[in-house]
Amino acid sequence: MYKNLRWKTLTIVAVLAVFFTIGVYPLLAERFHLPNPDWVKANHLKLGLDLKGGVQLQLRVNTDDALRITSTGVSEQLRDSLKTAGINVGAITVPTPQTFRVEGVPPDRDAAFRTAADEVSSTQYDRNPLPNGLYEFRLKPIVERDIRDQAVDQTIQTIDRRVNELGVTEPSISRQSNGEEVLIQLPGVTDVAHAKEIIGKTAQLEFKLVEAGPNASKEDLLKQYNGQLPGDMEVVPGSSERGGGGEPVYYVVRKIAPVTGQDLRAAKPGLDENNQPAVHFELKSQGAPKFGKLSGENIGRYLAIVLDNRVISAPRLDGRITDQGRISGGFTAESANDLALTLRSGALPASLTSLSESVVGPTLGADSIRAGVTASIVGLLLILMFMLIYYKLSGLNAIVALVANLVILIGLMAYLGATMTLPGIAGFVLTMGVGVDSNVLIFERIKEEIAAQRGVRAAINAGFSRVFLTLLDTHVASLIAAAFLFQFGTGPIRGFATTLSVGLFVNLFTSIFVSKTIFELELSKRQMPALSI
Amino acid sequence: MHIFKNPNFDFVRWKWQAIGLSWLIILAGAGYIWKNGLPRGVEFSGGTIVILKFDRAPDLDRIRTALPGGGADAIVQSYGDPASNQAMVRVHSAGAEAGASLSSTADAVVAALNRAGMPISSSMCTAQHPLNCITGREIVGPTVGKELERRGLLATVFALAGILLYIAFRFQFSFAVGAVVATIHDLLITLAFLAFFRYEMSLNVIAALLTITGYSMNDTIVIYDRIRENMRSMRRDNLATIVNAAVNQMLDRTMITGGLTMLSVIALYFFGGEVLKGFAFTMIVGIITGTYSSVFIAAAIVLIWQGRAPAKAAPAAPAATSKAGKRARAS
Repeated sequence: MYKNLRWKTLTIVAVLAVFFTIGVYPLLAERFHLPNPDWVKANHLKLGLDLKGGVQLQLRVNTDDALRITSTGVSEQLRDSLKTAGINVGAITVPTPQTFRVEGVPPDRDAAFRTAADEVSSTQYDRNPLPNGLYEFRLKPIVERDIRDQAVDQTIQTIDRRVNELGVTEPSISRQSNGEEVLIQLPGVTDVAHAKEIIGKTAQLEFKLVEAGPNASKEDLLKQYNGQLPGDMEVVPGSSERGGGGEPVYYVVRKIAPVTGQDLRAAKPGLDENNQPAVHFELKSQGAPKFGKLSGENIGRYLAIVLDNRVISAPRLDGRITDQGRISGGFTAESANDLALTLRSGALPASLTSLSESVVGPTLGADSIRAGVTASIVGLLLILMFMLIYYKLSGLNAIVALVANLVILIGLMAYLGATMTLPGIAGFVLTMGVGVDSNVLIFERIKEEIAAQRGVRAAINAGFSRVFLTLLDTHVASLIAAAFLFQFGTGPIRGFATTLSVGLFVNLFTSIFVSKTIFELELSKRQMPALSI
Repeated sequence: MHIFKNPNFDFVRWKWQAIGLSWLIILAGAGYIWKNGLPRGVEFSGGTIVILKFDRAPDLDRIRTALPGGGADAIVQSYGDPASNQAMVRVHSAGAEAGASLSSTADAVVAALNRAGMPISSSMCTAQHPLNCITGREIVGPTVGKELERRGLLATVFALAGILLYIAFRFQFSFAVGAVVATIHDLLITLAFLAFFRYEMSLNVIAALLTITGYSMNDTIVIYDRIRENMRSMRRDNLATIVNAAVNQMLDRTMITGGLTMLSVIALYFFGGEVLKGFAFTMIVGIITGTYSSVFIAAAIVLIWQGRAPAKAAPAAPAATSKAGKRARAS
């Protein structure tokens, strides 16, 4: 038995040493400026926004946008191939994000139309014939779900790149459980407006040929087309002065953009020929020939640079451009920098809606952490004092178990990369409560056994073994509750549930294994006629 | 050392009085909530909160009258430690969700204060500019709250169902019913007190309510465990005696654990800062009612439930005794 005891003691000391090193030591080192090597810091306990200060944004990805882009794209493709096949149809429209319609399919070309349509759309769309040569194409439910899902994934990736470009340390961008919501946490950031602008900019860059305009009046423009724009053209707003100043004007441009932001390889802020801030870009290898073709075939025409459905500028094409270009449009140095950043990180596949935002200033966070830590320490000290008074020497045993619990808990949380929030601190306090309860249960039982005239050793053994089942039941029941908290809770509540669950596991180890080993150690050292309890 | 020397209180005798008292509080709470509503935090109701730090004690009335619409729609109160010169302004509306305008209400608050001669910077307080600035801001659009409420309710229902199943599996069905009734009882009583003292339902308070679920269950299981053990060792006695013995044997432990958890929660209440106050208050009420319910309610429900169950064949011995004995053997 004593040999066994040595191993038990060694295990406990080793476990404590490991968790102290990865959890508690980095905190102390930071506070008291002790040496803090990187391998120790790697897994330090992160502070949540409520403690560290920062911005939290909750956004919804409007995935309908992504569906509409797909429907528009496929319908334009169909328009193109119908033209090539010489099939004349009426209007092609996108009435809802999931559908597009083709009107006036001539009855004699019906079969040819269907073949052409299926070639373009049958993998993604179901074709439904309606009366009078009308066809409706509806996105297949599986495809729709995929597109929505990808839109959210892409949004998260894009935001992640943008946030990294901003230089935020330890950002967290996560998908909320209902799928279309994204929670963004930016520790240390306090300028919400700028953060929102960078994150929320769709940054859909398109190069489209100008057919008519600019003109200050939309009606005048439409008059050139007898009030009815051809199906492959659209009106896009802009402004008479570059960069958004001046009067609103309108352009008629081609709907199809031969080159888009996806063809860009790099973008950086720079200056244009008038020494005004501008954005320089380079094209990817597959983008360069597309841009070369577009610019080479349309020399002398105007090319609209459209960002998020607004014309930034519409320069004249003076020659063939292949691998690089420049966007100038009355930027300031900062807005050129921001645009280059968003272009580099790619466009968002859908627009975003803000659901909630919160900012915790660094001073408020510091107040909270001071308060939380003070409360925890005061609570812990009160508990320890009581244990020592009420259980005398055995109280020391409980104190060791409790402190071990705390050390392992902090170490494990750091190792798991958990984030410490205010409710997380509350979780620590509750864990202490559960830890004390375990010790009280065991000690009270030992007292009862001693009162029943058992020897010290027998009483201790009986105490631990009888209480073990109780502890198992209470811990499992609490874990069940914590699991549901984690499942359905959001941010702070999850932090609480994590702390509590980890704490419950640790507590089983400390209050049973550690505490019992200490009793055994005492028993092995000397004969004990009576226990100080 | 003992708190009670060989306690032998007849807790079971008081079960109907205890149940009556609980109903009284729950009904009073329900009536109060029905009449006055349960104040909901900004996370649930939606709206805008701006926390401002001034260079002197803020004049709350002046802030209120400066707000758009004379502050009719707003709550203005001092925030945190009075010496920190902070004020919290809460407006029940947020800007539109689309685009960047969610924060328009918050910006309007700051602009209004500036117009009224209280210069507040629209940026966050930093170490360089610690005064007359914003220390925190929270804006919640109207759609978020509903989802949170739904999730909170789901978490509670599932947690209770999960625990019901676990206890039914580990003990007997009547025990599970008792534990769940006791827990629902604790939640309702705590809600009543939250309403009486006008605490807002915030995410932290919800976390505390869920913690109480766990705590109350923990307390109840400890006593059940003893009842189960006594059922084996006290086969001759009837269930009421067994339950009473168990509650009395665990009385020291119940008081110590309750008292110590209470100590740490009280520390949280007084030192934990503004944000944790609601959490701590909820926990204080929850621990008191949780301790009370595991002594008076949970065990009583088991007795009442088993008393109702049709007595199975019980020759010779008095009915109650044989029932308890049978249960004990069966468990």
